[in-house]
Amino acid sequence: MQDLLDLESLSKQDIIGLLDLSQNMVEILDRPIKKVPTLRGKAIVNLFFEPSTRTRNSFELAAKYLSADVINVQKSGSSVEKGETLWDTARNLAEMAVDGVVVRHQVSGVPQQLADILDVPVINAGDGSHEHPTQGLLDALTITQAKGSLAGLKVAIIGDVLHSRVARSDIWVFLALGADVVVSGPPALLPQKYEEFGVEVTADLHRALTDADVIQVLRLQRERQSSKELPSLWEYHLRWGITSHSLSWAHPDAIVLHPGPQNRGVEIDSEIIESSRSRILPQVRNGVAVRMAVLFRLLGGGHDE
Amino acid sequence: MSSKDETGWLIKDVRVIDPFRNVDSIEDVCVDGDKIGSASERKDYVPVDGQGLWLVPRLIDMHVHFREPGFENKEDLQSGSRAAAAGGFTAVCTMPNTHPVIDIPSLIQWQQDQAKNMGLVHIFPIGAISKGQQGQELADLYQMTRAGAVGFSDDGHAVMDARLMRAALSYSTTLGRPIIQHAEDHELTAGGVMHEGSISQQMGLGGIPEEAESVMVWRDVELAGLTGGILHVAHVSAPGSLEALEYAKRRNLRVTAEVSPHHLLLTDAAIREWNFNPVTKVNPPLRTEGTRQLLIQAVRQGLIPVIASDHAPHHQDEKELPYDEAPFGISGLETFIGAIFSVFMVDGLISPLDLFRRVTVGPHKVLGIHYPGLTPGAPADFTLIDPQMRWVVDGKKFYSRGKNTPLQGTRLQGRSVATMVNGEWTMRDQEVLK
Ligand SMILES: [Zn+2]
Repeated sequence: MQDLLDLESLSKQDIIGLLDLSQNMVEILDRPIKKVPTLRGKAIVNLFFEPSTRTRNSFELAAKYLSADVINVQKSGSSVEKGETLWDTARNLAEMAVDGVVVRHQVSGVPQQLADILDVPVINAGDGSHEHPTQGLLDALTITQAKGSLAGLKVAIIGDVLHSRVARSDIWVFLALGADVVVSGPPALLPQKYEEFGVEVTADLHRALTDADVIQVLRLQRERQSSKELPSLWEYHLRWGITSHSLSWAHPDAIVLHPGPQNRGVEIDSEIIESSRSRILPQVRNGVAVRMAVLFRLLGGGHDE
Repeated sequence: MSSKDETGWLIKDVRVIDPFRNVDSIEDVCVDGDKIGSASERKDYVPVDGQGLWLVPRLIDMHVHFREPGFENKEDLQSGSRAAAAGGFTAVCTMPNTHPVIDIPSLIQWQQDQAKNMGLVHIFPIGAISKGQQGQELADLYQMTRAGAVGFSDDGHAVMDARLMRAALSYSTTLGRPIIQHAEDHELTAGGVMHEGSISQQMGLGGIPEEAESVMVWRDVELAGLTGGILHVAHVSAPGSLEALEYAKRRNLRVTAEVSPHHLLLTDAAIREWNFNPVTKVNPPLRTEGTRQLLIQAVRQGLIPVIASDHAPHHQDEKELPYDEAPFGISGLETFIGAIFSVFMVDGLISPLDLFRRVTVGPHKVLGIHYPGLTPGAPADFTLIDPQMRWVVDGKKFYSRGKNTPLQGTRLQGRSVATMVNGEWTMRDQEVLK
């Protein structure tokens, strides 16, 4: 593994390796003194073209627990407005002699384009509607901790799956680990072609949730209303919101995940977030562990291959 | 080769493929001054060995973007004309989406004057349908026609306003020139950067459904029926559009269409292969294999009478942007012949005469331009093609300023080796002479 750009192209073996390593990192996080010297002397750039304090903080903490130096570069607006091409951006980073680049961008594919130019590892922290691989891994880790394994589980992903990079990474990792995946939401927001990959696609929430072991609730982007794809948020809540009523269709031991931040009362009710079903807080902790594992694997040197 | 001044050329033993006269045979072709001569007259000709080569008269690409005025960093009339000569074209139609837009007679005239001065390629300009291509008011189509415009298009944008489209089509009956629609419902394509399908959904890129094109083609076909107008559909890429064309044919409407080589050769799988490199970004987008086969079939059956490049050069910097932010377009003039050869000739899907009909007679008819074919007295405009030449595309070697081609590194068969315009060589052995 040279970069972490997506989960679609990762082998099952690579995924399991990263998850095992992440579990070790969870144990480091449980220690009173978390810092380990593994990446001392390494410099990592967090290159965020799209603001996201949560993900950036998570990567930054992960790097610092491994004793790496972190530089945060926040850029906004399109490349066209700034008059800068991706080639310029990449060359500037290379000149700074950094050891790894964590990149988030509002356009799908930018981490891939940067990785084609850069020699150092590139880690995708979310690109457009494409993928968010560390989120997929942390979701898989969270489910594994709760259920032992993903094999044979029914996992339902609910919401705007079409535009969700989280959903795309989730789907690949869940399928690789042997889960049955069903996606549900308003039909215009579902990737209908995913049936080709063995994913069940249905607008019928009842069908999607029936006997589900895991429910991943996606954040609803409010701009879907102005783009004419949705009626009111209340109507969305009525039909696809995760409430104690809809949750009753799922398996009695079903757990609920959400990549955050939540629109309470829209895609999920507060009482579910705060219930024993919720694994939302472990997700946050696992996020740091997964990012430590990824940084370690890509920048640790000598360990892999 | 020693050239004897003003004497003429004799292309010997060449396979003449002349769709204007419906001729495919080995002949000698002689050039006297700027015209085709008759070989029987004894004169001092410079001989050119045509053995193994094909000679096709008046190849015309009816859809190119030369970007001048306004976007000369992408292309200008000279670099575009040199690209046309290199690609084997003797004539092109330039699209009017420049800055300012070509929407007045003086700009139409200016382009033709420039072309005459350069002597590289005939330019038959396309004028805008609406003033400034704003889609609001009709431009002065009659005055532009008088100045030499051979058709009208708001290419780059569709005419969304059905009332304006109705007016343009009905006016076209008084001009004898087509209204060329870039068919796209902008509401349906908003946010889209590639074909909507399995691959766009995997890659998380915004999709452009085929129906965004075909709903507009159906509307326009109905308006052509309503008005009797002359409609030409640019760069067709959707099965529904083909059905609309068949319907128009059954009703004997004056409706024609063109297809671009990249839609005949490539599919949306190329976007995956290029791994988000926006060199594959084009509008309409590369479609699926199923659609590609339907387009090939439509060309073979004659439902699509024209192949045109939609040559859309861009500066390298613009193709190093994130996929969503990069401009649409492929630099297509210099790969045209190799591309259509590779699609149709290598497997013998169509006769050479029928293939080149779609780059000669087809577009001439659509545009109402007369060319008699290779008969004595006709302008000496033709191209020599080596049908066996195998070559690898390298955009860096293009004469066009636009190096943007998804065919980079692709092995093609068939290439133009010499181009003559008005009796003068504009290109020989891939070298443009002006
Ligand atoms: Zn167009």
